[in-house]
Amino acid sequence: MSTLRASAGVAPAAGRAIVLYGRGRTGRALETLGAWLLGILWILPLVYAFWAAFHSSADSTHFTLSAPWTLANFVRAWHAAPFARYFLNTVLLVTMVLGAQLVLVTLAAYAFARFEFRGRGVVFALVLVQLMVMPDVLIVENYRTMTALGIKDTILSIGLPYMASAFGIFLLRQTFKTVPRELDEAARVEGCGPLATLWKVYVPLARPTYLAYALVSVSYHWNNFLWPLIITNSVESRPVTVGLQVFSATDQGLDWSIISAATLLSTGPLLIAFLLFQKQFVQSFMRAGIR
Amino acid sequence: MRQSGSVRRFRGADPVIAWLLLLPAMSLLALFTHYPAIANLVHSFYSTPRASHPSKFIGLDNYRNLVEDPVFWQALVNNLWYALGTIPASIALALLMAIWVNGRVKGRGILRLAYFTPTILPMIAVANIWLFFYTPEYGLLEQFLGWFGLAGHNWLGSRDTALPAVMVVAIWKEAGFFMIFYLAALQSMSPQLAEAAAIEGASRWYFFRRVTFPLLMPTTLFVLVNAVINAFRMVDHIVVMTRGGPDNATELLLYYIYEIGFRFFDSGYAAALTMVLLAILAAAALLQFGFLERRTHYQ
Repeated sequence: MSTLRASAGVAPAAGRAIVLYGRGRTGRALETLGAWLLGILWILPLVYAFWAAFHSSADSTHFTLSAPWTLANFVRAWHAAPFARYFLNTVLLVTMVLGAQLVLVTLAAYAFARFEFRGRGVVFALVLVQLMVMPDVLIVENYRTMTALGIKDTILSIGLPYMASAFGIFLLRQTFKTVPRELDEAARVEGCGPLATLWKVYVPLARPTYLAYALVSVSYHWNNFLWPLIITNSVESRPVTVGLQVFSATDQGLDWSIISAATLLSTGPLLIAFLLFQKQFVQSFMRAGIR
Repeated sequence: MRQSGSVRRFRGADPVIAWLLLLPAMSLLALFTHYPAIANLVHSFYSTPRASHPSKFIGLDNYRNLVEDPVFWQALVNNLWYALGTIPASIALALLMAIWVNGRVKGRGILRLAYFTPTILPMIAVANIWLFFYTPEYGLLEQFLGWFGLAGHNWLGSRDTALPAVMVVAIWKEAGFFMIFYLAALQSMSPQLAEAAAIEGASRWYFFRRVTFPLLMPTTLFVLVNAVINAFRMVDHIVVMTRGGPDNATELLLYYIYEIGFRFFDSGYAAALTMVLLAILAAAALLQFGFLERRTHYQ
């Protein structure tokens, strides 16, 4: 059986190769060239930032390959602004948002996937509204609300509007719906209540979806800028994106090498995580996209 | 239909439990999505509270100001051009990238990485890099053009090129993101289709035009809706690169709302501006619901 399947698997691949590259080697070479040119173009701004960050400002705009490499820009950037505190704030923000999201989204998705109640369709539509009317757009009113609640300029106020995530509810509801009902029933026969069933049956089976959602959420909130810029006003609450902007906007006496170093510094942890777990990231974004 | 009687009996308190499960998420959604959307509408009919004049009902005055505000119209027109310029370009590039990375191009793992990396980096950070890229005299672009004797242009500083320059950044940032969705769709496509086409002797372009592209239509619609939203939502690079200038040439709607609301502190007028943005997003929502409907027919 398995050999049968394996030999059957070869044929389509070979057939596909004929279609894709049947037009001769020139076409194929041209396409490879195009793909690589585009790839180089795409990565060029980052390579450029790398070059500037690791060279003195005098060398940063002249691309002499023998120019000496230096870490001085990173040292100066690190001391010029409280980046350590900004990083701490971002980590706290991302952890808090993700933690709250996972709990809220799990509970809501379970209700939508496996409970029958009047008004379910309407409530679900009310959730989906957030896919279009995101907190990113409601900045004026949410600022007013945070002021009224007296929590302006706190890490909590940055994360609060995003904690009930329509995208997460939608994604997880889809996954929960694929869980076989027999498993649900078996758990209940064994005496599990709704929460125990959720925890023992649904959550373990949805692990890949959780990973996908977590990676998308972390990169979104690590990168978020406009709302944190508006709602924060002090070193104690600013995430690293806002810190970077505050740092590079006061441009007196700062040169490009230092700004490049600060830029790489602020994206460093995310970039390294991405390079290490590239496959998971790409697959997670794929999984999150197929709904 | 789906539930057997025995399970029903375990669920005597179903609706109550369901509402309890929904309570935390729904209350936060109500507080930070539904309430602000409605409050925004109400506040758009009131004047901005000032120290000497408390907020009062002024009817449509904010909207009248809006109609007479040339900067608002410029922001709206800019935003439409921005959408028209970035959306088709980033979708086309995304499709091209996905087909290349899905094919047998040498080093496709590295290419996929190169295309996708801009997506996960903060816009605010990459905007700093692009600012450097566009800098007059020293910037990489100017140096490159210098080899051909074409240098001497201030890309972000002149009215004609500032908006296209920030559009390029958006396309660069988004194409790799949309590529992922196309890649996922391509990978779920049956290779037998290509095999059959090969036996029939169809050209690759013909196969793409008549088979691949129509099959990717649901993905294209999904990506399109996301692209429309992003075209009106993503203004981080404007903050870093141009601040809406020069002479309002890169003023986009959400950035203008930010300026009016948080630099001029005119919250009443900002509420009216937000209503325009919400109307645009609602139009995108209708498109999305139409699309979701169609998608379920496919499955």
